[in-house]
Amino acid sequence: MADRLSLLAWLLALLQTLLFIALAPLFSGWVKRMKCYLQNRQPPGWWQPYRDLRRLLSKDLVISHTASPIFRITPYIVCGTAILAASVIPFIVINVPIGSMADAIVLVGVFALGRFFVALAGMDVGTSFGGMGSSREMTVAALAEPAMLLVLFTLAMVAGSTNLATIVTHTLGEPLVLRPSLLFSLAALILVSIAETGRVPVDNPATHLELTMIHEAMILEYSGRHLGLIEYSSQIKLMIYAVLIANLFFPWGIAQSTTPLELTTALAAVLAKLGLLGMLLALVESVVAKMRIFRVPTFLAVAFTIALVGMLSAIILEAGA
Amino acid sequence: MSSYAQLPVLEQAILTLSALVLLSSFALLAQSRVIATIKTFAIQGMLLTAGTLLVAADSGERQLYISALLTLLLKVIFIPWLLIRQSRKLGILRDLDTVIRPGFLLLGASAMVIFCYSVAQPIERFAAGITRDAIALSLAVVMLSMLMLITRRKAITQVVAFMTLENGLFFAAVTTTQGMPMVVELGVAFDVLVAAIIFGIFFFHIRDSIETLDVNQLSRLSEADE
Repeated sequence: MADRLSLLAWLLALLQTLLFIALAPLFSGWVKRMKCYLQNRQPPGWWQPYRDLRRLLSKDLVISHTASPIFRITPYIVCGTAILAASVIPFIVINVPIGSMADAIVLVGVFALGRFFVALAGMDVGTSFGGMGSSREMTVAALAEPAMLLVLFTLAMVAGSTNLATIVTHTLGEPLVLRPSLLFSLAALILVSIAETGRVPVDNPATHLELTMIHEAMILEYSGRHLGLIEYSSQIKLMIYAVLIANLFFPWGIAQSTTPLELTTALAAVLAKLGLLGMLLALVESVVAKMRIFRVPTFLAVAFTIALVGMLSAIILEAGA
Repeated sequence: MSSYAQLPVLEQAILTLSALVLLSSFALLAQSRVIATIKTFAIQGMLLTAGTLLVAADSGERQLYISALLTLLLKVIFIPWLLIRQSRKLGILRDLDTVIRPGFLLLGASAMVIFCYSVAQPIERFAAGITRDAIALSLAVVMLSMLMLITRRKAITQVVAFMTLENGLFFAAVTTTQGMPMVVELGVAFDVLVAAIIFGIFFFHIRDSIETLDVNQLSRLSEADE
């Protein structure tokens, strides 16, 4: 009986992950669509991100003669880490078996692994743009990662565990509490997400403008299937951050058991939250100008400070009272 | 940790607002444009007003409503208006003040907050309720505005820093002792008002005599240049 239950749980986890990665292109398509509406342009169709991916996956590869095996395996590693990270996050159901194996710190580590390989691949071919992109990406990452960890530590201090599922359950179990620490963590996480997913004030995913790009510069040498995988994993990454923001701070609606009714409500709730977040992201990208690359460290220092103030207020205001 | 969840919602709101006041101090510290600095100062005044109103509702002290009203009139409306008008006359509204190494400055400021917390810890034992946490935060606001005072180069942003310092003191008074006596509070409010006006006149004098508001120019005699 217990075996069958755990089998069911694993099946559910698998289905949830599949749903997550299937919805990821749709989410970035949604953000693009909202941006088009805000800028008075004709938006592409709903299935355009999927069509783009299919086109890239069916194209031939062009690989530089100087490329080493690292260049070839990087897309698979990046995509693999993104899917692994997606499977850890509480998306529709809280308690999935894989969640108990990987906590918030593992999540950050998995992201770091993917980033490490992208940066290596950027330098591998020996073009100047690749090296420049890698150097910039590492600069951003070195500042964004501590801020991200501080946010997760603050959440862990409030909930008493670094396990994502426990954090969500703890927030659900409490009456409505106004916590300054969570307010700051939310603000810091939003800033970090913008930097990590390469959205507008920090990087622009839609342009190959030579002097300003970060992420695009590293993957400039990729083509065909490899490029498709990398684009797909950055779509998954965007979705992961959106779900983190939605479900860690506003977990209401997520399914705590596995009855069909609760699962349906949870799906509807998470879709509504993601839709709203996508609209906000599009709005920010439309009104904020991209900042100079030399301002990015300051931007991330602000994120780090907000995260630190959040953690301090968890210690000063909430623990003492 | 769960004890925080059992506090009344009103007190949670006060603590959240005090954390936001601290955050606005950080924002002031990192802000380099003159107009943005003044606007952030007005926002901090707004947060202070909201905080005072909440403390008034929580404690039932009638006079706190009056000091909330005073804060609103002076720190949200009058002083920012005066500063903006003066900087427009001086033509420095959109100028940049140099913030030296904003990243390091913010980290230093965070270290200062931790320092304030450890300094305030012994005081906490004698105070009760939410007031004991607010002491550390108001002390931090005061320290951050002092940091802003010594890192700025323009006279007008230094004046904003000075006003923020008073905000920190006011906030400490409101949260810890339900406000100073009304006479003192009125006196301080008018002191700040008069200071703002005198500073305004002073700006024009500084500019007339050295043709800039950069206070670095004041550190040496002008004859030494020749």
